[in-house]
Amino acid sequence: MSYLLFQFSFVGYFLAMSMYIAFFVSQNNTVRLLSRRIFTAAAILHTLNIIARYYEAGHTPITTQHETVSFFAWAIAWGYLSFRWRYSVKNFGTFVSVLTVLFMLIAALASREILPLVPALQSWWLPVHASIAIVANGFLALACIGGIMYLLQEREIKRKHFGLFYSRLPSLDALDKLNQHCLSVGFPLFTLGIISGSVWAKQAWGAYWHWDPKETWSLITWFLYAALVHLRFTVGWRGRPAAIMTIIAFLAVLFTLWGVNYLLGGIHSYAK
Amino acid sequence: MPSESIVLLGVNHKTTPLAVREKMALAEGYAEPLKALGRIQGLKEYYLLSTCNRVEVLYTTDDLASSRAEVLSLLFGKAVPATDLDKYVYQYENEEAVRHLFMVASSLDSMIVGEAQILGQLKEAYRHASQMKCSGLVLNKLLHRSFFVAKRVRTETRIGASAVSISYAAVELARKIFGQLDDKRVMLIGAGEMAELAAEHLVGQGVAKVVVVNRTLERAVKLARRFNGEAVSLDELVDQLVNVDIIISSTGAAGTILSKDDVKPVLRERRNRPLFFIDIAVPRDLDQDINELDNVYLYDIDDLTSVVEMNKAGRDREAVKAERIVAEETLKFSGWLESMEVTPTIVELRQMADDICRGELEKTLGRVHGLGPEEKKSIEKMASAIVAKMLHNPLQYLKTDSNGHGVDRRSRINTVRELFQLEGSSEISNVRGEDE
Repeated sequence: MSYLLFQFSFVGYFLAMSMYIAFFVSQNNTVRLLSRRIFTAAAILHTLNIIARYYEAGHTPITTQHETVSFFAWAIAWGYLSFRWRYSVKNFGTFVSVLTVLFMLIAALASREILPLVPALQSWWLPVHASIAIVANGFLALACIGGIMYLLQEREIKRKHFGLFYSRLPSLDALDKLNQHCLSVGFPLFTLGIISGSVWAKQAWGAYWHWDPKETWSLITWFLYAALVHLRFTVGWRGRPAAIMTIIAFLAVLFTLWGVNYLLGGIHSYAK
Repeated sequence: MPSESIVLLGVNHKTTPLAVREKMALAEGYAEPLKALGRIQGLKEYYLLSTCNRVEVLYTTDDLASSRAEVLSLLFGKAVPATDLDKYVYQYENEEAVRHLFMVASSLDSMIVGEAQILGQLKEAYRHASQMKCSGLVLNKLLHRSFFVAKRVRTETRIGASAVSISYAAVELARKIFGQLDDKRVMLIGAGEMAELAAEHLVGQGVAKVVVVNRTLERAVKLARRFNGEAVSLDELVDQLVNVDIIISSTGAAGTILSKDDVKPVLRERRNRPLFFIDIAVPRDLDQDINELDNVYLYDIDDLTSVVEMNKAGRDREAVKAERIVAEETLKFSGWLESMEVTPTIVELRQMADDICRGELEKTLGRVHGLGPEEKKSIEKMASAIVAKMLHNPLQYLKTDSNGHGVDRRSRINTVRELFQLEGSSEISNVRGEDE
C-alpha cells in the first residue's frame, strides 16, 4: 500500500517536473498552473505514503536509506509549498521539482525493506530528532537552490550576456531574500536537530557528544551555516559570496547524510 | 542667391567641451537674450535654442559678417574670449542651416541619437521666439517644417526606438537587480538628454528619491528641482554613494570620475547593498573595473545598446534612412525658399496668366466660326490686355520696396503666391497646422 503511494507520488513529481520545465521554456501560464497542481497532488500522495509506511513499520519511517531520502524529498516539497503559500519566487518551482525528483529517484533505488528497529532507536526521540533534522535539511536545500538560481542570474547580469535565465529568473534581490528566509527557518531547525540529538545521545549512549563522524560533520555543517548567518546579520554579507557559501554548506549537509555513512561509518550510521 | 540669408550659429557637445558649454548655456531663460538680439540692427528674424548639449541661434540677415560678430559677442561674449569662439562655434548658412536644424529636430545630432526630448525643447524655444514676435515668415515656416521632419523621421525610421529602449532596458535591469524600485535612490551625475530620460523613466517607476550631482551646483539645483530631488556638489560624489542605489553618469569629463578603489570602501559602509552604475557618457566616466566588485553592476551605453539588441549596423542603417529624409526635406524647403523671391514669382505669375489666357482663347476661337485673321488677332490682343492690366497691380506690389507698404518683401511675395496659388509654396504651407 505505502509502496503504491510512493510510486504514485514519484510519478506525480516527475510529471510536475516535466511540466515545470516545459513552463520554464515556454512561460505559458496555463502550464504553470497545471504543474503547480500536479506538484501539490504529488506532495499530498507523498504525505499519505509516509503515514501508511508509519503504520506498516510500526515506527517513524526515517531509519533506512529509502525512508530518509524519501522524507528529505518530502521536506523539500512541503518547504517549497509553505513558501509558495506566503510569497512567490518566479520559476522557483522548476528548480525545486528537479531536486525533489532527484531525491525520489535515489529513494526509489534504495532498498524498500522494512527493517526492525535497533534497540538504540527505540525511543520517542526518533521522530523528534530525525524529523527536525531532515525538515531543517529541506529548508537548507531550498536555500541552496536559491543560491544556484542567484548565481545563474547574477552571471548573466554581470557578463551582460542575456540568455535563458535573465528574463525567467526573478530579481537578484528576490533570490537573495529567498536565501535569507530559507536560512532563517533552516538554521534554527538545524540547531534544534543537533540539540535534540545531543539530548537523545545522553539518554541512549550516556554522553551528550561522542565525536562520532556524523556528529562531527553535523557540527562542521552547523559552523558553516552559523558563519553565513552571522556574516549576513553583522556585516550585511549577501549576493554572490553568500550564494556560494550556501551551496558549499549544503554540500556539507549531503556529506553528513551520505558521505559519513559510506566513507566514515561510526555508531550513527544506521541507514546503510 | 537671395540677398537675405538664413544663418545658424551654435555650439554643441561635439565641438565644445562641457566646461565651456556650461558657461555658454543661457541660464536665465530665453526672454532676455531674445530681447537683446532684437536690438541688433542686421537681424530680421531670429530664434534661440539652449539645452544641456547645445546653444544655437538661428536668424535671417542681409549682412552676414557684422551680424555674426554682434550675435556672438552678445550671447557668448561674457563667457568665452572672442579668440576662442571661432574654435567652438559652427556656422551654417541657408541650405546648410536648414539641414542642420532638421538634423537637430530629428535628434540625429543629439548625443544619444534618437532621444525624443530635443523636439520638445525645440518647440519650447520656438514658442518663446514666436510669442515675442522674433520669428517671421521664414523662420515660422522653417521651424514648423522642422517639427514635421522630426515627426517623419520618428515614424518612418526606428531611430527613436533605440533611445527609448535603452532607457527602458536600464529600468528593466534595475528591476532585475533590485526587485522593488520604490525604496531606491537615483543619483544623476552631470546632465544630458539621455541621462534625464533614464532618470525620468526611473522616476516613473516610483523611485524614492533623485540626487543630482554637478560641477556647477547651480545647474544641479535646477535639474534637481525638476525631479523634486536634492542637489549635491561634485566633491561629495563618493560620500553620496553610500546613500544611493542607482547611479546614472553622463558628465563631459575627459577621464574617469570614479575608480574601483573609490567604490570598494563604500560597499562595506553600505552593508553590501547592491549598486547599479549606468555610464552614459562618451568618453566613459566610470572605470570598467568597477563591474568586478561583488554586488556592483556597471553598464555603459554600448552594453545597454546590446541589451536592446539593436546592433550598431542596424542603428547606422536607420540613421542613413533618417538622413535621407532630412536631405529630401531640406531640398523641398530650399525650393520653397527660392520661390520666395521677386523674379521667380513674377515669372511664375506671368506664366500662369499666359497659360489661362491661351487656354481660354483656344476654347473660344475653336467654337466661334467665320472669324477672319484680323478679328482673331484683335480678340487675342484684348485678352492679353486684360491679363496685363489685371497683373499690373500685383506686379507693382511685388516690385516696390517695402517702404511703401510697411510689409517686408517676403511677406508680399507670400501674399501674392498664396493669392494666385502659385506652385511650390503649397506643400510647405500646408504643414503649418499639423503640429499645433
